[in-house]
Amino acid sequence: MKGLYARRSAVIDLQERWRREIEDLTCWVGAPIDEPLNHMQIPRKFRRSMGRVAIIAYVAALEALQGARIPESLFGSGRVGVSFASTMGSVSSLEEFFAAAQRGRIHGLPSGILFQFMSNTCAANLAHALGITGRMISSNAACSSSLQALGCGVEAIQHNDQDIMLCGGAEELHPVVSAAFDLINASSCRFNDHPSQTPRPFDRDRDGTVCGEGAGAVVLESQRSARARGAKILAEVVAYATTADGTHMAQPHRESISGCLRKALRAAELSPKTIEYVNAHATGTLQGDRAEAEALKTVFGENGVAVSGFKGYFGHTLGACGALELIACLRMQEDGYLIPTLNLETIGEGCGGLDHITTLRPADFRYFAKASFALGGVNTVLILKRYTND
Amino acid sequence: MTDPEIVEKVHRILLNEFEVPEDTLLPNAHLYDELGLDSLDTVDLMVVLEKEFLFKIDRVMDEEKIREIRTIEELLSFIEYKRKNDGQPTRPPNFSA
Repeated sequence: MKGLYARRSAVIDLQERWRREIEDLTCWVGAPIDEPLNHMQIPRKFRRSMGRVAIIAYVAALEALQGARIPESLFGSGRVGVSFASTMGSVSSLEEFFAAAQRGRIHGLPSGILFQFMSNTCAANLAHALGITGRMISSNAACSSSLQALGCGVEAIQHNDQDIMLCGGAEELHPVVSAAFDLINASSCRFNDHPSQTPRPFDRDRDGTVCGEGAGAVVLESQRSARARGAKILAEVVAYATTADGTHMAQPHRESISGCLRKALRAAELSPKTIEYVNAHATGTLQGDRAEAEALKTVFGENGVAVSGFKGYFGHTLGACGALELIACLRMQEDGYLIPTLNLETIGEGCGGLDHITTLRPADFRYFAKASFALGGVNTVLILKRYTND
Repeated sequence: MTDPEIVEKVHRILLNEFEVPEDTLLPNAHLYDELGLDSLDTVDLMVVLEKEFLFKIDRVMDEEKIREIRTIEELLSFIEYKRKNDGQPTRPPNFSA
């Protein structure tokens, strides 16, 4: 949060590191976690099945569980589950495996490598390391992974199958993943000499997204259970909606985005004007940001809702972005502010008509929406309300 | 009696690679029940032994002998057996990783 309040970008020049792997990338910037993860403190029996993405997930999960003060004795009760995802398993572990396979010899690879690169590595490792025996869900859904993970958690609790769900998403940064965005012309390539100026959500000069890494973990709990143990409740999820675009794998569709937003509002039985803030997906791509802005205008009306997006601060954290950005929203809600969109200097064509937050704004808001509109055409929206004891 | 240097190497492997508690390194310590190793660790242990002692372990041919290893002492006996029956290794197995 310090970085967000200080308007600091975590995007850096990665040319020296990435050129060792791939020489013809066009985007040479990214937002890595450069501080130590202290993963050697994780006992070996848990650590051996964790690639970088699962380690990042585990660090975030521990923080969430400590903050929520969930008694460890509950983890194995069957009433605590985990819903946690990344877009894929550990890319670095997958790279190690395929490099060996390409050389024609796999002998010598660690036995844990499969568990590191399998797609449900985050959920499986969290359940294993924490002794969780309730539901284990891995909603690998590209950039909608973590919001869908939260949604699945909500539904597990609503169905009274679980009391508590550890939810979220994670992603590790790897040049191969950034390369995939190069290939669909979705990565930012004109700011390689000025990394902190990209991505530029909604901005006139935006030219694509920048990959980052991180994890966001939250503890969802039934109100009954949370109140019974005197937990500090930050917010209440009042709606979850997820839909498929059905028209294109990469180009978001204004109609499908607004459809998902409307579905969430109907589920919450709220009118658009009740929503005081939307945290946008806004990856910094020309088409994506415009489609999202137009959809927000369609649903909320001209200047009908305050909007900002956080990818300018730490890049597009893919599987983590929904949860990570939602956590920042919860924190700023607690602090009484709306954090601005970093690198939004001149609103781009088609992105106007919204109350764009461009400077830190004191705000006392109750309802907000968090959206993710992912590759593959996965739309996900959560609506949350600040929790009050009534 | 096993060469003390071999004992020392095995202890170092168990401590550094498998992070077993130092006070469990007794000859009759059970690898699985006391040191907490499991079947995946056995796979990794065989790879480490190959790299350290430069013999080749065959997953099929050595399977029965590997399954009989329960204690540190039995592990040392297995290493002795492999060292004698693999002859003098001239080069390490061809590792990918």
